[in-house]
Amino acid sequence: MSFQHLIWSNLKRKKLRTLLTVLSVAIAFVLFGLLSSIKQALTGGVSMEGANRLVVQHKVSIIQLLPVSYKARMERISGVAAATHQTWFGGYYQDRKYFFMQCPVVPAEFLEMHPELILPPDQKQVWLRTRTGAIVGRKTAERFHWKIGDRVPIQTPIWAKGDGSPTWDFDIVGIFDGKEKTDDTMSLLFHYDYFDEARRSGKGEVGWYTIRVKDPAQAAAVAKLVDEEFENSAEETRTEPEGAFLQAWVKQIGNIALMTAAILGAVFFTILLVTGNTMSQAVRERTGELGVLKAIGFTNGRILALVLAESCVLAALGGGLGLGCACIVVPALAKPLSAMLPMFFFPVRDLLVGSGICLALGVVTGFFPALQAMRLCVADALRRM
Amino acid sequence: MNTNGTLVRVDGVEKVFHRGSEDIHVLRDLHLEVPAGEFLALMGPSGSGKSTLLNLIGGLDRPSRGTVTVGGEQTGQMSDRHLAAWRARHIGFVFQLYNLLPVLTAERNVELPLLLTHLSRAERRKHVETVLAVVALSHRAKHYPRTLSGGEQQRVGIARAIVTDPTLLLCDEPTGDLDRKSGDEILDLLQALNRQHGKTVIMVTHDPHASARASRTVYLNKGQLSDRPVD
Amino acid sequence: MAGPINWLSQVASVAKFGLLGIPQRLGSVTAAVIGIAGVVGVLIGVLSMAVGFQRAMNASASADAAIILRSGADNEMVSGFARDETRVISDAPGLARNAQGPMASAELFVIIDLLKRSTGTRANVPLRGVGPAAFGVRDHLKMEKGRTFAWGRNEVIVGVGAAQEFAGLEVGSALKVGHQQWPVVGTFSARGGTAESELWTDATVLQEAYHRGTSFQSVYAKLSSPAAFLQFKDSLTSDPRLNVKVLRQAEYYAGQSTVLSTLITTLGYLVASLMAIGAVFGALNTMYSSVSARTREIATLRALGFGAGAVVVSVMLESVALALAGGTLGAGVAYLACNGFHTATVNWQSFSQVTFAFTVTPLLLTQGIVWATIIGLAGGLLPALRAARLPIAAALREL
Repeated sequence: MSFQHLIWSNLKRKKLRTLLTVLSVAIAFVLFGLLSSIKQALTGGVSMEGANRLVVQHKVSIIQLLPVSYKARMERISGVAAATHQTWFGGYYQDRKYFFMQCPVVPAEFLEMHPELILPPDQKQVWLRTRTGAIVGRKTAERFHWKIGDRVPIQTPIWAKGDGSPTWDFDIVGIFDGKEKTDDTMSLLFHYDYFDEARRSGKGEVGWYTIRVKDPAQAAAVAKLVDEEFENSAEETRTEPEGAFLQAWVKQIGNIALMTAAILGAVFFTILLVTGNTMSQAVRERTGELGVLKAIGFTNGRILALVLAESCVLAALGGGLGLGCACIVVPALAKPLSAMLPMFFFPVRDLLVGSGICLALGVVTGFFPALQAMRLCVADALRRM
Repeated sequence: MNTNGTLVRVDGVEKVFHRGSEDIHVLRDLHLEVPAGEFLALMGPSGSGKSTLLNLIGGLDRPSRGTVTVGGEQTGQMSDRHLAAWRARHIGFVFQLYNLLPVLTAERNVELPLLLTHLSRAERRKHVETVLAVVALSHRAKHYPRTLSGGEQQRVGIARAIVTDPTLLLCDEPTGDLDRKSGDEILDLLQALNRQHGKTVIMVTHDPHASARASRTVYLNKGQLSDRPVD
Repeated sequence: MAGPINWLSQVASVAKFGLLGIPQRLGSVTAAVIGIAGVVGVLIGVLSMAVGFQRAMNASASADAAIILRSGADNEMVSGFARDETRVISDAPGLARNAQGPMASAELFVIIDLLKRSTGTRANVPLRGVGPAAFGVRDHLKMEKGRTFAWGRNEVIVGVGAAQEFAGLEVGSALKVGHQQWPVVGTFSARGGTAESELWTDATVLQEAYHRGTSFQSVYAKLSSPAAFLQFKDSLTSDPRLNVKVLRQAEYYAGQSTVLSTLITTLGYLVASLMAIGAVFGALNTMYSSVSARTREIATLRALGFGAGAVVVSVMLESVALALAGGTLGAGVAYLACNGFHTATVNWQSFSQVTFAFTVTPLLLTQGIVWATIIGLAGGLLPALRAARLPIAAALREL
């Protein structure tokens, strides 16, 4: 026998109670996994590559358009390596409910601006050559079962063609992937030239620009220069680093982080009470036995360690079970939720945080009972056996 | 340590319990010497402080005044940690209600004190097997306390008490909860441990039948020791 | 007659002993009560968000209000009309009329960036240009402060929701939109409807500022009666000059809020369900420990002649009582913390912010109590059965 055996035996003493406590803790951690994933879905999406990019939009609001002539002016500003534009197409394919972004872009420039977009070179060549060609992210391609060579009609209420028709046809010539899990693989990108020529109104106007800066450390300074350049023009700009731009969108939803933290706080507080109570009960019931151990010669330190070890094992069992379930449940939910929450996954960072919380839970719930056990006066304890 | 000299010396010991605002003097100016190898019976009416004295000798409690010396070491001076280690090495307890851990089998209960030593698992197992043979319970080694009779549980208790080969065996009413036959078996065992294995035994009891097995009996009444029973 | 009364008094006695023993089991009782309070509190809190949001979307939808968009447009943002088309729409039969003419307001809206007070970051806020009939068409509008805007001038009035959530919208301050200053001259309320999240101005002034020429995005109309809807709709959809879709406003708003409402409601139920399962485990724990602490007592009662059924019922009663205590606590806390909590979020379908208040309705409170009761029943059943099936003799002997 070893100390581990002693700990196990004590936990097996009241199997039902141990089981119920472990399950309560497990549930809390499943919730943790779920809420972390939701938070990730809503707030994630900032690309590593975006560190040296700025987004330039119309100062009044994102729905205002900017002149295409601004590109040349931007590229003359010191600190700017390259600038390229894209526009909100706002269309849908068959089912309005499945949202994905479509943008007319300048293909060569766009691909260079976004190295996280992985497109096989042969597909890239075809795209550059084909005016009506479009490349699409793998997620959307799989969703609609599109293959290279398909001709797909996209309807948009915003941009009517010269003949008044809202339906635009594109040839799928490439399917792209993203470098990281959080990179976009849902968009459809096509030629700006095709778009500008065929659209009935808004010619020469684009949605927003992306700028690559020469030195990421100078990003904020360059952003200022860009806005100053267009300060007194008809269309004023607002420029900010890509990360800030994306964050601003998320902040529109509200304080997601706060809400999830509040809910999780409530949940863990409750679990703490439940588990702490179980541990206290368990120790109180064994007052006499703990006295015997002391009589035999177990030191106070050993007794403390014993009780803490029990509570930590309990927490670890529950936490491990809960986090493990979360690792299975979240990916299973990702598919049905993909329309509403495309980036739904359980980040490793949060898994580690969860494990840390689990350990802390074990220590905190065992602490006071352990102290209690340690301070037992042996003679008193033996009498209560 | 003096093998043929005094093992336990209690000198001018007083024990006062504080219950709320009252002070209860359980032991007053006690003197006792126990030579090594003795089987001492400690008798007296209930409330006379027998168990308290036993606890003091075994290092489970400290005297309010005076000294307790076991094997040349004064236990009153030791820190809690030191005392615990000392107990593990030198004392074996046998309790009236056996005090076995219900979650452990008999052999694991016996093994418990050995966890505090540096013996390997194989060595520990060997010690356990040896003492279980001494108390004649080898065939019940893997049973849980709840499936053992009172007498068997007490034998496990004794096995646990001697597994570390302690200097001193302290027994608090070891037959108090047993019927006559089982009680006799226990007393036989204690006597054997004393006579054949040379263990010093101090036994608290209120049963003259039990105390008859001892080599010497002292009487405790109202906190004072004497050689004669008080009426 | 003696039978049922006898039985009831048995139940009462066993239950009384149980409840009297609570102080000794205070730890586990508190844990279970708080666990259930947590479940009910979170459930009501999150659902009150969905209820509040839906209320804001539906509040202004009276049965005789209609909205006309371009055919194929899901929302105002992507819809568009020429001025002539709006005139044709105004001439259609079925419209209510007042002294100024048909009650149809041709409108357009844009989005401007304002600072959200709660997060200090930017948010998309709708700025709507309305026609003269707008105030009649949406008849719950009331000026709360200041005055309404003057036609032909760059003045705006602000909904009370928007004024609360976004910075810089006090009466007397001015918005800088593009190169122009737009003074804020008043605030209005709209019985909690979406208009309260918006800023309003004259449509023609907005068209000029945004170079929209003479195009609009939607027409809000008031019908002569709710029954006139069909006639109105048919005349417009069959008109060859027009390519429109006609909806009752209630229908339109309901459609606008589905995604977000569904998301919030689903999440709320998901989280609360998981918590409820956890609470059931907690309740089971408590009740099992309650029963085992009273093993000898229950066995004695049964030895004396108390029926097993009475024991079962009383243990379940105890469990439900604890659950109701927890449920009430949770409902109370949720109500105090959430009800009326004003906030704003972005409605993805319209790309702009909607302000609303968390709303704790009696229905939600009832839902919470029901959940608590179910948890109490679930947590009490198995322990109750165990208590009833105790082997009496063995239990009496237990030390």
